[in-house]
Amino acid sequence: MSDVSKETGTPRVKTGLAEMLKGGVIMDVVTAEQARIAEDAGAVAVMSLERVPADIRAAGGVARMADPTKVAEIVDAVSIPVMAKCRIGHFVEAQVLQTLGVDYIDESEVLTPADEQYHVNKWDFTVPFVCGARDLGEALRRIAEGASMVRTKGEPGTGNVVEAVRHMRTMTDGIAWVAGLRSEQLFDAAKQLGAPYELVRWVAENKKLPVVNFSAGGIAPPADAALMMQLGCDGVFVGSGIFKSGDPEKRARAIVEATTHYEDADIIAKVSRDLGEAMVGINISEIPDAERMQERGW
Amino acid sequence: MRIGVLALQGAFREHMMMLEALGIESSAIRLPSQLADLSGLIIPGGESTAIAKLMVAYGFYEPIRQHHAAGLAVWGTCAGAILVAKDILDAVPGQESLALMDITVRRNAFGRQVDSFEADLDFAHLAERFRGVFIRAPWIEMAAPDVEVLATHDGRAVAARQGTLLATAFHPELTGDPRVHRYFAEEIVGS
Repeated sequence: MSDVSKETGTPRVKTGLAEMLKGGVIMDVVTAEQARIAEDAGAVAVMSLERVPADIRAAGGVARMADPTKVAEIVDAVSIPVMAKCRIGHFVEAQVLQTLGVDYIDESEVLTPADEQYHVNKWDFTVPFVCGARDLGEALRRIAEGASMVRTKGEPGTGNVVEAVRHMRTMTDGIAWVAGLRSEQLFDAAKQLGAPYELVRWVAENKKLPVVNFSAGGIAPPADAALMMQLGCDGVFVGSGIFKSGDPEKRARAIVEATTHYEDADIIAKVSRDLGEAMVGINISEIPDAERMQERGW
Repeated sequence: MRIGVLALQGAFREHMMMLEALGIESSAIRLPSQLADLSGLIIPGGESTAIAKLMVAYGFYEPIRQHHAAGLAVWGTCAGAILVAKDILDAVPGQESLALMDITVRRNAFGRQVDSFEADLDFAHLAERFRGVFIRAPWIEMAAPDVEVLATHDGRAVAARQGTLLATAFHPELTGDPRVHRYFAEEIVGS
């Protein structure tokens, strides 16, 4: 006896999981052991990948989807949602990740793009997707392709929050600009943004993005997470910042608490004490243009 | 009447918007001291492990139990339903709950995200069917005799009431349909 009213993979079910992650921290992990540490520290989800962005940056070469054995181990190790990265445009990696049972796919600029023109048609999948964006137009293009969640890109693997801040402010400014336009101006705004008119009109009417927006790329100390929350994001991704630091467990817990209590400076001060060695930061100007991950995706 | 929404993590803003649409005053609860003077408390959907860690770290368990014993009505949705249950199946080691309601809840019982779904539900005390949105949802595996099962899906209990306690495995705050919120406010908080 089947329930004819039952539907899976609906937009509401896909965006709904992102709604449940709000106010939380999603942590990059490369092993089942790290995934357990992240879950124990209060992560709302883990991101499974072969190497954290800082190591991808150091290793160079082509970065791809993680080994399915590793993804499956992480899926088995924790009870919180597991995300995994596929290359931009690599719909077969996405098919593989869906069949492995991951809960969200990140079509990510952290990996080497497989296609320099087209992103994955995310409407083809039951599993939801999160995609990176630096501004409103890029976010709406990804949503038009079926992304159920976006994240501002920042510059991954740097431990430098400056690009995350730039992208979040650019997003907020873009929304404020569109929200201030008259109806006849929205057609031209859609052209300028390179985004579908219907989505631009939705943003103008609702004064926010149609999906949850997390911040990513360069977040290291708890104060960085709270900064991004005060700037208006819905939650944070922390990549290299945790497991490239001296005391990952303590730092992970501190970032979780600072994300919840992002407006409470006393709590942020308390949790920021004695966290040990932070990851080494990189100045963005020292990164050659060709190695800037944020330039990937269009 | 003021209803608090536990705002440690998850979809707390959506609950507050639903209450606002019904003309009910609400407040975001981030610290136990903010529990005073509430008539009801909603524990929202989110990640039950993450919310539980933060509840322990900030000392929420005893104050909520005491306020509930003194009359505070409590509604848990999804992760919140796990947190109000006496017993949790498939919990992570050491996962503690508020243990308020005489139900046993199984985490992620309906499966992973690809199994997440929506379906129409016959919800007791509501005239028309209610669209249930289930996201990596739990179900209520066992309930004490004095627990009223309010809705089932595929033979599994997905909503239940015991006195001033309400548990739903699905997310009424994501539907824009305020009827379950009104039921909680009028029939449980207001009773």
